[in-house]
Amino acid sequence: MTECGGCAVSVEGLTKIYDGTLAVDHISFCVRRGEIFGFLGPNGAGKTTTVRMLVGLTRITSGSARICGYDVVRDYKRARALFGVVPDVSNLYFELTCYQNLLFSAKMYGVPGSIARRRVEDVLKFFGLWEIRNRKFKALSKGLKRRLAIAAALVHDPKVLFLDEPTSGLDVMSRRMLWSKLRELNKSGVTIFLTTHNVYEAFHISSRIAVINKGRITAIGSPGELSRKFSVQEVIEAGFHPRNPSEEEILGNVKGVLEVRVRGDHLEIIASDPTVALEDLARYARLRGLSISMLRLRGADAEELFLKIIGEAE
Amino acid sequence: MIEEFARSFYIALKDLREYYMKPGSISWGILFPFVFALAFMAKRGGLTEWLAPGMIALALFFGSTSMSAMSIVFERRMGSFERLLLFPVTYVCIALGKSLSSFLLGVISVVPVFLLSLAVLRVPPAHPLLLVVAAVLAAFASSTFGVLLSFLVKEPEQVMVVFNLVRFPMMFLSDIIIPVSSMPHYLIPVVLVQPLTYLTETVRYAYTGTYDILPPTLSFTISLILGIAFLLLASDTIRRSKP
Repeated sequence: MTECGGCAVSVEGLTKIYDGTLAVDHISFCVRRGEIFGFLGPNGAGKTTTVRMLVGLTRITSGSARICGYDVVRDYKRARALFGVVPDVSNLYFELTCYQNLLFSAKMYGVPGSIARRRVEDVLKFFGLWEIRNRKFKALSKGLKRRLAIAAALVHDPKVLFLDEPTSGLDVMSRRMLWSKLRELNKSGVTIFLTTHNVYEAFHISSRIAVINKGRITAIGSPGELSRKFSVQEVIEAGFHPRNPSEEEILGNVKGVLEVRVRGDHLEIIASDPTVALEDLARYARLRGLSISMLRLRGADAEELFLKIIGEAE
Repeated sequence: MIEEFARSFYIALKDLREYYMKPGSISWGILFPFVFALAFMAKRGGLTEWLAPGMIALALFFGSTSMSAMSIVFERRMGSFERLLLFPVTYVCIALGKSLSSFLLGVISVVPVFLLSLAVLRVPPAHPLLLVVAAVLAAFASSTFGVLLSFLVKEPEQVMVVFNLVRFPMMFLSDIIIPVSSMPHYLIPVVLVQPLTYLTETVRYAYTGTYDILPPTLSFTISLILGIAFLLLASDTIRRSKP
């Protein structure tokens, strides 16, 4: 069982009703062992409620959830020993040092003394916190607090790591550092359940993504599968010299153009057949005596895909 | 069982590191009972053989309820209480851990009051070993009561207001200062339903060899039952605190 084969997290008909309001509506899914599973949704979609039910912080109205085969309600002690949780707020103990905070967590998970101390040292070093191990939690910057919160969730060597908005409010460097560490952890065998409303983050590091909206799972699959399934159009990005034509000029003169948006110094053009539109755009530029300063075809970005998934569900 | 107790102990140690220097713990847990006892000593009539055990029970009660008040309310406000709910431990283990740190502060706070009583009265306790048992029981029941009470408070700044709103009437409606036997009859039922009466009676018997209204077997048994009942109620309150 503790090998955590098959589904690291399995959810069947999970439902939560708060004071008569349906927050999570009979959702079912499986997080495969060893994957980074992105759990994506807009604010108030039911993401955090779902994770809180999975880790035992919120009572389940109906349905069931298992971590590595152990029911999170009936067998909660065994289930909890197998996962670590990083909540959306870094909520470690203010007056304890980094080292004391982690050692406390290790002991609470039942890690024996000498192993606990070694494990704390390893985890602190992994996150680059060893040099500041004697600094109190309250004295850390937001980025360091986040790293320590993740470290605290790993001291007992869990099979599954739940992260709720792990990079929220962090600068670019801290965010990228955390992503890199999460990938490293994942390579070492930790299944990662990442809850986020940051679409880019979910598509950037997840191997599979579930999109939740209004308490229901509206889509599930790898980023590639979701792109294909929801067939979001490719976008032409074009810039012209000495000036960009107006939206109306492009719409009226270039074949198959559906929509034109001004984006800074260039235009974003969505067309029914981007290849035909590209050729016709070059013809139109020559005709008007404009030179093309920038021209490229890109896939839909994650945000566009996400909005399409949410939009189709509604 | 032993593992669960060990984890309760880790929670208590963590709380002592985190909260023992908080103003609420020091002022209401240690200073108040000592100053109160000093005030009685300075007053005409002084710290009598009746009042000394009352002051010891008071120190145990205030000391053992002050730290849980600080730790639970503060941690619930900051979200760190939820960390405890994520560990693979029972709710009783968490409630016991929270009680244990308060228990230890109660034991610390009783030392100066006990030494003051000894210095003033110059009479050793009638049953020294029983006094230790009484102190342990009183601190245990008070600390579990404090954990239970902490869940009524939402904001840290309201902690001492709410706690003192409960503790002060309890202090005057027990036999800490005035013998229950000399109280008006209509107050007796109120005195008998509040736990401090029983805790004070255990300390009084152990210290002086006499009691006010309850024979020692009854006061010791009820104190133990109260401690266990508060612990179970506190653990159930923790379970129900989850949305």
